[in-house]
Amino acid sequence: MSEKPIITVNNLVKNYGDFKAVKGISFEVYEGEIFGLLGPNGAGKTTTLEIIETLRDKTSGEITVDGFNIDTDADSIKQIIGVQLQAAGYYPNLNLSELINLFSGLYGIEKSPAEMLEKVALTEKAKAKYKDLSGGQKQRFSIATTLINNPRIIFLDEPTTGLDPQARRNLWDLIREIRDSGTTVVITTHYMDEAEELCDRVAFVDGGRIIGIDTPNNFIDNLVASGFERKKQVKLANLEDVFIDMTGKEWREG
Amino acid sequence: MNPKKKYSNFNATLAIAKASFRSILRSPSAVVFTLAFPLIFIIVFANLGGSPVTVDVAVAKGCDTINPVYKALQSIKMVNLIKDKSAADMEKDLSKGAVDAIIDIKANGTFNPAAASQGPLATVNVKYTKASNKGGILRSVLDNITNKINVMKNGNEPSLVTVSETTITGREYKYIDFILPGMLGFSLMGSGVFGTAFVFLSLRLTLVIKRFFATPVRKYSIVLGEALARLTFALLGALILILIGHYVFGFTLIHGVTTVVNMLVLSALGLIIFMGFGFTISGIAKNESTVPPLSNIVTLPQFLLSGTFFSTTAFPAWLQIISKILPLTYLNDAMRKVAFEGAGIADVSHQLLILGIWFIVIYAIAVKTFKWE
Repeated sequence: MSEKPIITVNNLVKNYGDFKAVKGISFEVYEGEIFGLLGPNGAGKTTTLEIIETLRDKTSGEITVDGFNIDTDADSIKQIIGVQLQAAGYYPNLNLSELINLFSGLYGIEKSPAEMLEKVALTEKAKAKYKDLSGGQKQRFSIATTLINNPRIIFLDEPTTGLDPQARRNLWDLIREIRDSGTTVVITTHYMDEAEELCDRVAFVDGGRIIGIDTPNNFIDNLVASGFERKKQVKLANLEDVFIDMTGKEWREG
Repeated sequence: MNPKKKYSNFNATLAIAKASFRSILRSPSAVVFTLAFPLIFIIVFANLGGSPVTVDVAVAKGCDTINPVYKALQSIKMVNLIKDKSAADMEKDLSKGAVDAIIDIKANGTFNPAAASQGPLATVNVKYTKASNKGGILRSVLDNITNKINVMKNGNEPSLVTVSETTITGREYKYIDFILPGMLGFSLMGSGVFGTAFVFLSLRLTLVIKRFFATPVRKYSIVLGEALARLTFALLGALILILIGHYVFGFTLIHGVTTVVNMLVLSALGLIIFMGFGFTISGIAKNESTVPPLSNIVTLPQFLLSGTFFSTTAFPAWLQIISKILPLTYLNDAMRKVAFEGAGIADVSHQLLILGIWFIVIYAIAVKTFKWE
């Protein structure tokens, strides 16, 4: 990995009135990696993400995204990022093709809906409404809308929450493909198995602060080296492996 | 990559307008409010002949009101005698059919039993209008009265009363000419207030607008695009209502296409003002279930008090004061003047002025209350 920073966050602070949501966060995201922001609810993950996405004002601190300063060049940043919001809906009464056309118009570029839907295996759903999709299909469509402007970075906020194991794995494959095609991915999640499987590096956020950044492997090795042992003997498989084994890897459109 | 094209706010606005227009067309409530309801009201009210018939008869100045004919007319409930109008107003109302006839009774001296022959003692001058078909009712009422009076005379006595009638020509003022402009107001208000409030609230709550903000689109493009779509839809609806009204129900369009265009211009102005209410409500409402009550607070009084279904002149004075404040009253007023009297946009400048004041007031409030997220 080249370790060339594409996002630099320096001493980011965000206060909502008296409440300090983010208390001086600093980190870098490297070009071409999948970077995970991990932490409990209310830790400040989403706030941090939305500030970088130019959706929220910061109280203080400096942020650069692909060389653009967020204070002076927010519009340039919007052009080169793709954003998936937690629990966001889409314009009502439109089918997927029409939604892609709408976003193409918003980004000021021409993109064929068929091409975008093919990327996320939703070609057959071109005429379907967003609300009629399954959970996994909804998330894949959301990811498709983040890719319309050929972004350098995409932000995914809890993309796998509420999905069944097959749909989750399917989404991981998609996210890896996106990374392999050269797009940097910043992701938040509550699932540590997901972060371990997917992320090149992770940052733990708690109480508005970053309490550690490293690769998942290093984190685990360090913990084991410190003498940590799981209370229960780890088996070579877990229940999710059983689930996948019994129900098959094949992802169901449900 | 291909060289960067300059970002076009215009194209982004159009993209939103296009999406919004499609969405409105597929939204059942939009179509129902804009077209179905107004049409149903037109059909119901246009066929509602069941209301008790009254004949409005204007009484000319100098009419002999102590005459037995006048007394007899007074005692008939069906005949509504109107005395407080100037001669010029009477003629105007008669030509519009707002009154059904003008009556002027003249006494010709007193009965003189010594005279060998004498002309009629009273002449009832009645002026009917082609603009009303109730003249016939008055005619038979008068026949009835004069016959009764004349029967009382003895052989050689002169007729006590003769009736002399003339009929003027005027344009028939049909109920459709009243109800259709009102229904346009209804349609525009429904679409402007309910439609706008619902759409912006739901776009806000489902984070659609927030997702838009992650693209280079400008805020004004979002509002403008939405407004453009709603305007297009509402004007199409208005045009369809006017055409159905004209060809199916015989709605009067004095200057043809010009009148239609003037009506559409008024529709656009009205819609823009009503959208201001919609923006305000979408900002105040916390969730989708608070939109209908808030919208009803705005729309219901106006439907009832702005002369949508019935003329406000029937209201008591205190109620008229309220109706004289509401924007829909002025839109309806202007619409009727343009449609039936053939007024141009410049002729309704008084109504437009008041609508203009409403525009400033409501958008000042909307800007303060509107929420993006």
